[in-house]
Amino acid sequence: MTISLKPNNSSPEKLQPTGWLKYLSFSLDHKVIGLQYLVCGFLFYLIGGSLAGAIRVELISPLSDFMPREVYNQVLTLHGTIMIFLWIVPVVNGAFGNYLIPFYVGARDMAFPRLNAVAFWLIPPSGLMLITSYFINGAAQSGWTAYPPLSITTPAAGQIIWILSVLLLGGSSIFGGINFIATILKLRRPGLKLMQLPMYCWAMLGTSILVVLSTPVLAGTLILLSFDIVAHTGFFNPSLGGNVIVYQHLFWFYSHPAVYIMVLPAFGLVSEILPIHSRKPLFGYTTMVFSIMGIVVLGLVVWAHHMFTSGTPPWMRLFFTIATAFIAVPTGIKFFNWVATLWGGKISLNAAMLFSCGFIINFVLGGITGVALAQVPFDVHVHDTYFVVAHFHYIVYGGSVFVIFSSIYHWFPKFTGKMLNENLGRFHFIITFIGFNLCFAPQHWLGLNGMPRRVAEYDPQFQLINQISSVGALLMALSTLPFLWNILQSTLYGEEAGDNPWNALTPEWLTSSPPPVENWDGEAPLVLEPYGYGKKDSNETQEAIR
Amino acid sequence: MPKLSAILTLTTSLILGIAGVWVAYNVDMLPVSASMNAPVYDELYRVLFIIGLILFIGMTALVIYSLIQFRRRPGESGDGIDLEGNISLEIFWTAVPAIVVLFVGLYSYDIYDRMGGMQPLMHDHSGQMDNQAERVWGGIGSGPIESSSEKNSLSLPIELTAMQFAFIFHYPKGDIISGELHVPVGREVSLKMESKDVIHAFWVPQFRLKQDVIPGQPTILNFTPTKAGNFPIVCAELCGPYHGGMRSNVIVDEQEDFDTWLKENSKESI
Repeated sequence: MTISLKPNNSSPEKLQPTGWLKYLSFSLDHKVIGLQYLVCGFLFYLIGGSLAGAIRVELISPLSDFMPREVYNQVLTLHGTIMIFLWIVPVVNGAFGNYLIPFYVGARDMAFPRLNAVAFWLIPPSGLMLITSYFINGAAQSGWTAYPPLSITTPAAGQIIWILSVLLLGGSSIFGGINFIATILKLRRPGLKLMQLPMYCWAMLGTSILVVLSTPVLAGTLILLSFDIVAHTGFFNPSLGGNVIVYQHLFWFYSHPAVYIMVLPAFGLVSEILPIHSRKPLFGYTTMVFSIMGIVVLGLVVWAHHMFTSGTPPWMRLFFTIATAFIAVPTGIKFFNWVATLWGGKISLNAAMLFSCGFIINFVLGGITGVALAQVPFDVHVHDTYFVVAHFHYIVYGGSVFVIFSSIYHWFPKFTGKMLNENLGRFHFIITFIGFNLCFAPQHWLGLNGMPRRVAEYDPQFQLINQISSVGALLMALSTLPFLWNILQSTLYGEEAGDNPWNALTPEWLTSSPPPVENWDGEAPLVLEPYGYGKKDSNETQEAIR
Repeated sequence: MPKLSAILTLTTSLILGIAGVWVAYNVDMLPVSASMNAPVYDELYRVLFIIGLILFIGMTALVIYSLIQFRRRPGESGDGIDLEGNISLEIFWTAVPAIVVLFVGLYSYDIYDRMGGMQPLMHDHSGQMDNQAERVWGGIGSGPIESSSEKNSLSLPIELTAMQFAFIFHYPKGDIISGELHVPVGREVSLKMESKDVIHAFWVPQFRLKQDVIPGQPTILNFTPTKAGNFPIVCAELCGPYHGGMRSNVIVDEQEDFDTWLKENSKESI
């Protein structure tokens, strides 16, 4: 079953640059690639966040007065595309997956290190291409969904660059997915069973299955769409006999699972963070594994709930209502298990823990509105309104982004060997949490009362609520500052972390911080109980593993 | 101790439940309801709101309580209790959400049926199945308008053409073309919708109805206004630069006022 633990031994590591230059090189080290994903993703987050800021400035007043209407549509298209394809997906999968998975399976690198580096190096040029399209005759302006015929009738240059960029990013995702599946299934240290792996491995296995099954469908769809645009074929163009609803089916077959591609790894990361800072075993390991796989299966059969107002047959609406609502069951299991993990623990209220618990609270609200949206009668009223904007951001910002911050606070000592400043971290959490809820909670009301999404101008009765939302967005933007200062200050002058500042049992903490090139100087430790807290003194357990 | 915690849990759940119901009936977050299916929709909304509120407050309270109660006190060291799982507890919190979700699903199916969503689709109103252009899909409340002559005589047929960036209404009876939708109160309207260019969506928040207007694929939306007044028609599907400005009005008149409007604007004598 297991193959060589030294897949990298033929790689010319000695010829690789050292120091910070290695992060600008075609490095084959999974840790370097992980951090490349993280930093690159964060830079795109800042760009996508600035675009969100521009949207919120435009919406301070009911008139379209801050930017031209075409530019507004370009900004919202770029914001959505960047945040999904260049920030959340690459970071929760690529960054943490690359950094952690080899440690968790007891390997010295990913199964295919070169493919891994290629997967990362597709991202910066695709992202830059997407952004520069704004300066070449305008970026795509048909939203991140690129529904035809709008995407066929708007200026072609921006839309084609958008398609090319998303295709490359999808390719990167697929390469990553294949690599994770191979690493988790084939590079496990001898003696380590699947059911002994840390939960993040299961989350990444589930996510990678979704990526490999659904991303090619998106790629095929976008290739057909590009034919419609440049070669005037009629796959989706109704004036040439095409069907616009077929595009929606194909698009959402990927793009609904994309939500799970963004949140399943986040679920995995939280499952690693909570036990360590609660000093308790992860509650209900087996049900957690089954719930991940349940979400994977259900996630593939719910796409048409995005199309309840598109003229779908009644039976389809009924099936997709029930299937969508049932995702709440495996998701609910995970939430109850996390709370049970906290129960009876010795909880450290540090920044990592606060962001993880903030995630639980936000995601519960996002999940509840999700179950509501799954109900056809409810959906037909609020579909394509700010209610959906609010729901979606509670899932992907209140969910995934909170977990990314939590994970950075948790693993920063491993990445750098330095501690982050906890007080600044808690301050960051408080401002982010207040700003986020101030920004998105009122948007539920906007949607219920008649404000559609993706509009630069709106009914003046919604102005006050929009202004409150914009103040929340400003707070969210400001909350980045203490975080950036913390990262900068701590990397340069931070307190030394030592190898295992959290006294954790998961394998990445049982090596030096930062870890050596091949992860362990000697043989990789065999960790059979990654959550064995409370059994005996954790120090003794660590010694036993070593 | 277990008895006390059981009583505490029950009491808390009861208080939460009562609070949820009170909030759902006293905090109105929806606009005026002005169509026949709006009160039915509002009923579902209230049920979802109550369940959601109870779950949200319950989960949030649990997390905050745990963070306070089980926080690491200064000088404290060591681990928490060694608790890896509890099969009966896990079965319990798998079964309860499954039952709740099933209840919500069946209940919303009933609501959907009452709103007219489960009526069979009309695939072809001219009887030619192979003619793609004439294929009609239904939105909520759509029914076989032309196959049932009795029903058809009661409902008011109107054709909607959506284009960047306007809604144009055509009344076959009287050959009226209007930029606003005039309908009488209490009578079923059967709106046949088609788009000239990109996808638009017809949405009247006070009617709790939305249906995409799709190029190459006519759709039918039936509704019955119940309140006289002037309500906004909003385009809900991104349709280009002026999408936010693509708005119109539905003017719900009393029958006499509507008849007068029809007479004044009609090109042929009715």
